[in-house]
Amino acid sequence: MLKYVSRRLLFAIPTLIAISFILFALLDLAPSDPTGQLPLTIPDEVRQEIRDSLGLDEPFHIRYLKWMEQFFINEPLNLIDKLLDPNDTSPSSRVRVLSWQQRSPVVDLIVERLPQTMWVVGLSYVVGILIALPIGIVSAYKQYSWFDQIGTFVSMLGFSVPTFFTGILAITIFSVSLSWLPMVYDTTHKVDDLSSLWFQIKQMAMPVLVLAFYNAAQLSRFMRASILENLNLDYVRTARAKGLKDRAILVGHILRNSMIPVVTMIALGVPTIFGGAIVTEQIFRVNGLGALLIDGIQAADIPLVQTLTFLFAVLIVLFNLVADVLYGILDPRIRYS
Amino acid sequence: MKNCVGFLLLLISGCLLVACSQSPETSVSNGQSSDSDIEDALLEEEVDTHLNILYWQEPTTLNPFLSSGTKDIEAASMILEPLANFDMNAKMVPTLALEIPTRENGGINEEYTSITWKLKPDVVWSDGTAFTADDVVFTWEYCTHEEFGCFSSNYFTDVVNVIALDPHTVRIDFARVTPHPYGPFVGSLVPIIQKEQFKDCLGMRAQGCNEQNFGPIGTGPFKAEEFRANDVVHYVANELYREKGKPFFRSATMKAGGDATSAARAVLETGEFDYAWNLQVEPEILEDMTKAGKGRILFGYGSQVERIIVNLTNVDSALGPDRRSQYLDGSNPHPFLSEFVVRKALSLAIDRSILVETGYGDGGVPTCNVVVLPPEYASDANDECKVQDIDEANRILDEAGWVRGRDGIREKDGTRLSILYQTSTNSVRQGNQAFIKQMWEQIGVETELRNIDGSVFFGGDAASPDTYQKFFADVQMYTSNFDGDDPTQYLRGWRCSEIPDPDKAWAGSNIPRACSEEYDNLVEKLSSVADREERAEIIKSLNDMVVQNYWEIPLVHRARVSAAANSLKGVELNGWDSELWDVENWHR
Repeated sequence: MLKYVSRRLLFAIPTLIAISFILFALLDLAPSDPTGQLPLTIPDEVRQEIRDSLGLDEPFHIRYLKWMEQFFINEPLNLIDKLLDPNDTSPSSRVRVLSWQQRSPVVDLIVERLPQTMWVVGLSYVVGILIALPIGIVSAYKQYSWFDQIGTFVSMLGFSVPTFFTGILAITIFSVSLSWLPMVYDTTHKVDDLSSLWFQIKQMAMPVLVLAFYNAAQLSRFMRASILENLNLDYVRTARAKGLKDRAILVGHILRNSMIPVVTMIALGVPTIFGGAIVTEQIFRVNGLGALLIDGIQAADIPLVQTLTFLFAVLIVLFNLVADVLYGILDPRIRYS
Repeated sequence: MKNCVGFLLLLISGCLLVACSQSPETSVSNGQSSDSDIEDALLEEEVDTHLNILYWQEPTTLNPFLSSGTKDIEAASMILEPLANFDMNAKMVPTLALEIPTRENGGINEEYTSITWKLKPDVVWSDGTAFTADDVVFTWEYCTHEEFGCFSSNYFTDVVNVIALDPHTVRIDFARVTPHPYGPFVGSLVPIIQKEQFKDCLGMRAQGCNEQNFGPIGTGPFKAEEFRANDVVHYVANELYREKGKPFFRSATMKAGGDATSAARAVLETGEFDYAWNLQVEPEILEDMTKAGKGRILFGYGSQVERIIVNLTNVDSALGPDRRSQYLDGSNPHPFLSEFVVRKALSLAIDRSILVETGYGDGGVPTCNVVVLPPEYASDANDECKVQDIDEANRILDEAGWVRGRDGIREKDGTRLSILYQTSTNSVRQGNQAFIKQMWEQIGVETELRNIDGSVFFGGDAASPDTYQKFFADVQMYTSNFDGDDPTQYLRGWRCSEIPDPDKAWAGSNIPRACSEEYDNLVEKLSSVADREERAEIIKSLNDMVVQNYWEIPLVHRARVSAAANSLKGVELNGWDSELWDVENWHR
């Protein structure tokens, strides 16, 4: 197993380098410009000076190599320095990956944004799973019952109605008409007593539920299909013939077998948490990683977009591996050699 | 079986763990309910003295010289101040200066080559140190450092020297005669920064100065307490602010993100915020929102004019990169837009009041000029364009020999009046495009519409075919304006030498590619005439040349549109400076 994992990790390195190159080339070819948001009254000479100060006058390969050095060498070294001596706040001499908009290190921005995204998007993923699994199991087990019919209807709704619609619908109902929940997420809110916790729950309710609804819809359908597939297999009939109770068959045999693809799905979906739910974050102004990425794209902030998208690529490669390993743990028939 | 249950338990407990990890902090306050009433009361008072501002574009820095757009300038304008600001009527009012220097009070020398500003005495920075002329000199050095790439460096193009004559007097010397020497340090685009704080941030080092860029020390009514790039700025009142008892708010928050429509909703419908900036949303949507009775819409007119720019050069895609959309000393004219009659007919056919009604509401008025304000510069020679005249447009086209083909589109010598019309992506603009297409159909002109994302359209990437400067289309539409109260620089944009071409990486502001010797001579004259009335006459005739030759077809004089909560008093929307320029006067 260890051998398998290390081999996969080694293979990932050239893949990731290729991905980083493609990303950089794509961003470089994209026609947007970091001075695009400046007022039209700013003359072209000034725009050119600003571009030069960002290092845009250098050729493509130099800029790519510089980014590689900053990201793969300087940033990790900085991190190690910080871990070894957390009290040292003196700025390091290594050139870090700097955002063109803020002129500050991209990694710091990501660290600042991560908590919001983890709380809102991560929690919605967990809530989504918690809703989806029981619904999927029950609606498969009681196929074509009224529960299944309603479950199918609701998940089709969640499937087909995009979050930018449900989000705005929720705002119109709960913020505008009822004024129960705030529509703007306060990222600096600190939880230190019951009332502030209550506020935190209130402001998280809408984005979390809107996203959870969407996630649950997909996952519950998947769970249901996976169980239905197993229900008619021979081993289930054998278990019935042995006189096992329905519940025991479901929990002991079917569930375990049908969880295998579902767990893979869940693992593969984890990187999307870090990607943030771009649209939902925009609607509720959660300003997490998704919103950061969109800002970066709109402002042609290439170092920021490059670093973020590359980190997503790393996570996707990593969680693919995790899913494969989980597969082996759940299904003893699969062995890696 | 055991394994499976164990796995499920693990999954669920993992979820619970995540969900509960916030609770330990909260258990502390259990049983302290007796205090909660007092806390509530405090909270209520806090709400009253706290100002909530919503900007849907995200402030990325509080250093206006490193800005990437208007939002940063405005966020910084609560902290940093220039020597003078512009008020609602484009009149200069002294901010850090004692008075506005003029020829009469001796502030401007006889040759119009230098201006001397007297600074208010006893002004201190929010850290308690004195504000002096050295800070002004330093700001100039900071912005004009050659490695820097300063946002506002065009204000200092002609400045050869800035000298501190004494701690409260500063003189700015210009390289040439400058009849309107109020560029440097006037308006929120060029505020003064503190020398002590920024002295180690010159040139390339400006990039790494996070602490300074995210928390500049200023003389303004507020100071930055917390800055999260692209997300939120927390301000607290500057207790050392020179006007006693101001600002009326003790603290303020500027939240960012989302889009214009939902920003309007947060002020007008839910009342969560007191002020929302830049709401270019269809007027009927805003109107609907105000029915909730929580807020009002504000308009501030400046110099912004939405216009159609006509391409006078040939843009045929068959021409290849060395000729397409290039002036080439007049040897590459547009097959039909170079004809005066066609341009005039296009303008005559447009009903500007419909565009205003559907796209701008009270936030716009039809206009026929490219210089609309200040009032003394507004020409009244072109007002007849405000009335649509389809018959006249058809008549002059007929007369010029453009006859309708079988499909109703006019032709002459095999050339069809078929127009590619591009603009930036924005629902108001696309609405207007559709209306204009219909209007032009009535005079036998075929129009193909196109829209391009703003960051590409207005971005100057020389490799992109879709920038407004390359102008690979027959006509295009956007808003342009000038900073401050003086249009000289803006009018210089239509000189022959400003025509964009590949040799200059398509830089240049003469987008219609119009070239007239008469115009060039007159605009040169403007740069040396100091007499106010004579200047106004020249400005008017320059404006008339642009619009009467139909290089550009002005459509709408646009206002800035923002929303304020009904409880917020003292707010007037300024069209000439930062919208937050007088935030110290805002109150409940």
